[in-house]
Amino acid sequence: MLPFLGKRLLQLIPTLFFVSVIIFGLQQLLPGDPALAMAGEERDPAVLEQIRRQYRLDQPLHIQYLYWVGGVLSGNLGESMRLKEPVLTLIAQKFPVTLQLALMAIAISLAIGVTAGVISAVKRGTTVDYAVNALALWGISTPNFWLGILLIFLFAVHLGWLPASGYVSPFEDFWLSLQTTILPAFVLGNSFAAVLMRHTRSAMLQAMGSDYVRTARAKGLAEPVVILKHAMRNALTPVVTLGALELGTLLSGAVLTEQVFSIPGFGKLIVDSVFNRDYAVVQGVTLITATTYILLNLLADIAYVLINPRLRS
Amino acid sequence: MAASEALAIELPHESPSARAWRRLLARKSAMFGFVIIVLFVLIAAFAPLIAPYDPAQQSWTSIRKPPSLQHWFGTDESGRDLLSRVIFGARASLLAGVVSISIAFLLGVPIGLLAGYGGRWIDAVIGRITDAVLACPFLILAIALAAFLGPSLQNAMIAIGFTTTPIFVRLTRGQVMAVKVEDYIEAARAVGNPPMRIALKHILPNILPALIVQATISIATAIIAEASLSFLGLGQQPPAPSWGSMLNTAQRFLTSAPWMAVWPGLAIFLAVLSFNILGDGLRDSLDPKER
Repeated sequence: MLPFLGKRLLQLIPTLFFVSVIIFGLQQLLPGDPALAMAGEERDPAVLEQIRRQYRLDQPLHIQYLYWVGGVLSGNLGESMRLKEPVLTLIAQKFPVTLQLALMAIAISLAIGVTAGVISAVKRGTTVDYAVNALALWGISTPNFWLGILLIFLFAVHLGWLPASGYVSPFEDFWLSLQTTILPAFVLGNSFAAVLMRHTRSAMLQAMGSDYVRTARAKGLAEPVVILKHAMRNALTPVVTLGALELGTLLSGAVLTEQVFSIPGFGKLIVDSVFNRDYAVVQGVTLITATTYILLNLLADIAYVLINPRLRS
Repeated sequence: MAASEALAIELPHESPSARAWRRLLARKSAMFGFVIIVLFVLIAAFAPLIAPYDPAQQSWTSIRKPPSLQHWFGTDESGRDLLSRVIFGARASLLAGVVSISIAFLLGVPIGLLAGYGGRWIDAVIGRITDAVLACPFLILAIALAAFLGPSLQNAMIAIGFTTTPIFVRLTRGQVMAVKVEDYIEAARAVGNPPMRIALKHILPNILPALIVQATISIATAIIAEASLSFLGLGQQPPAPSWGSMLNTAQRFLTSAPWMAVWPGLAIFLAVLSFNILGDGLRDSLDPKER
């Protein structure tokens, strides 16, 4: 286990290096004088000078990169031009909102995706199987911002059951928080549920055809016990880890969902920053999401090895 | 021996592409997807002939009119005909899907060939760069790229193409690794073919089916990505119609004109669904073992 962990951690170093190069490289795409582009409407020479100093724009490119990476490693992701606050502080403020949304989306997609996948595998070749497969295809093909708009129309405008937009923290008012986040979480979890359903179905079909399931049946165990205790327990191991790999998609989806439902998470932060030309925030959010994704992948890999006894040895 | 010779004589010769096409034709869902895609392509190509109105023509007397005989899909907040805008919007979506995946394909396949067929170090460096791009969530990186490049359909296509490239690099590399140990590649090497010729003439044709399947499915993802960027205001710029930006506008008039949100979304859904099911069908017909 330790050599595996060491090798995986070593692999992270070049990956993180290239991530930092890509994200730093983004500001080189700005047309013309980067200081002017970053300043937006501001044309005050003092401000331009401050930007040039802050980003070391008068220095060669590799020096600029080293200063930037040095800042990142010491927790300094720069300052928001618009909000005049450190980028890290802004991300720390918005992160819990996106995290709540993502966790709810994962819970919803696990409940729908795994259940539907198991049912589909058990009822293979029947109408139920086809219906679940069609549902998964629908989930993968529906843009989540469109689904969000349709659900707002149905549940907020037409039925008036839920608020159309906004966000309330669960620490302020739990029920109101649930009301404001249940629709966005469902929208966010929708395509994730479809992916989980496909993974679960295929893993369950493999497990159902295995020797240990045949043995369990031969022992005379009831079918629900065979499915739930023997097949499903083994099938879910790869599903959980494959699910973790899809978390990047969830973070991407959060950008659109937060925009549709006006939720002040970090998806909305990046979009607002794009339109205010607040490039340090755009870079900061991209860097944090990429690092989060890399760490989640590492955790998924470790979990996979820990759960699977054959790999542990 | 005699039996196998007899069998060889009885079976009509069928090329791999003809066999794949026959299998594809037998799959109803894939053919449904194919027909819808052809319809979308025709609609996009002949938009000026099909659309009943100019998509940019405003009419202050027909603002937010529900679907009627004059305007089948209704009108928007400026009195523009929604059917005409959905028809012209197909151009942006299909163009973005095809162009961005062509960028990803043309960049990703040669890099993947290099990684799979080059040395260990080249493979390791390309592998880490690919990991790095894949680590940045697709849409967030596309948003960041589109933001720095400036909002336009062209830049959205570049952003989507760049962020999709690693998928083709990985797939090509994996396929090359599997194919390069086959006997016919060994034979090609033994007769003195240079590496470039082996990669292009012997390896590439054999891995092409898997790449075509991936390209088809990736077009679906690219269409959603373009619609997402346009929805956020980073893709096709107004007044040019695009399904994503139409949905953005529709959201503001959800209470007074809900039909504005239906048609562009339905168009995205149908286009994406068609490419997804065609991709699934192609995978089954090109390589039944995949399933």
